[in-house]
Amino acid sequence: MGRVTAPAPLEIEKTESAEEEFAVPEPDVPWVTIVHNDPVNLMSYVTYVFQAYFGYSKDKATKLMLDVHHKGRAVVSSGTREEMERDVQAMHGYGLWATLQQDRK
Amino acid sequence: MPGHFEPLPGGGAAVALDDVEISIIRSLAVQLLELIGPGPAEDAPDDPLAELFAEGPSEPPSDPVLRRLFPDAYGGPGGEPVSPEEADERRVYSAEFRRFTENDLRARKRENALAVIRSLDGLTSASGEGGVLKLTRGDSEQWLGALNDLRLAIGSRLEILDEDDTDHLYELPDEDPRKPMVMAYLWLGGLQETLVTTLLP
Repeated sequence: MGRVTAPAPLEIEKTESAEEEFAVPEPDVPWVTIVHNDPVNLMSYVTYVFQAYFGYSKDKATKLMLDVHHKGRAVVSSGTREEMERDVQAMHGYGLWATLQQDRK
Repeated sequence: MPGHFEPLPGGGAAVALDDVEISIIRSLAVQLLELIGPGPAEDAPDDPLAELFAEGPSEPPSDPVLRRLFPDAYGGPGGEPVSPEEADERRVYSAEFRRFTENDLRARKRENALAVIRSLDGLTSASGEGGVLKLTRGDSEQWLGALNDLRLAIGSRLEILDEDDTDHLYELPDEDPRKPMVMAYLWLGGLQETLVTTLLP
């Protein structure tokens, strides 16, 4: 019967590569697409875009449009950075003024 | 009804346009096309793949109209103040976004403006005296995009920066040099408003 010996402590090699030191992991914070108010785009058109592109209901699209109109901006979608870049590009295609940013709140 | 789109049974929209109205929309659409400019591959028509691989610009356009049509994707008005480092980072991200998206966006806006010109030319060659323009749903979506781009362009030239500016436009005296442009802007707004209505479910 063999004796169970305590395993030798594993030697952990410290590799302090420059990469590990500086690679800051992307925090798990979602990105958001923001549509900004502008005086040219028609309220009906902005509502139409939110319905046509995002597939939002008329009520939700109207509420977002009113937020843009009264508060100056509204978050219209959230997700990964790549997804938000896609949404922003689509909004620019429709002529809406949109930006993306990380949702810090 | 002049200056108003109406829905067609079974989808699509129609508007009655006279010769003057047709020539105004057409001329504005041509100006928009010239402003947006040719695609990057049009210098090398022998290579159809060139446009696919061409990178777009990384700097925002200097023309205020183009800056409005192709805005920065990072940054924007409002929000909290940012450090100089963050502002730099946003500029870098915006430049990168622009390189990979602006050519596609320009192509899309060109196609919308061209669709408008094509349908107007179809209308004039058929009758010679204006007539009723009929659009399919697909045409309507392209017209909607082009009408919006035209209004953004004119709005930018008229320096409409907030809702108060729009109100002032209604009060301009007839002799104001901006008056014709304002009339066109308001008229296009009516066309766009009624066209949107035909597309809403």
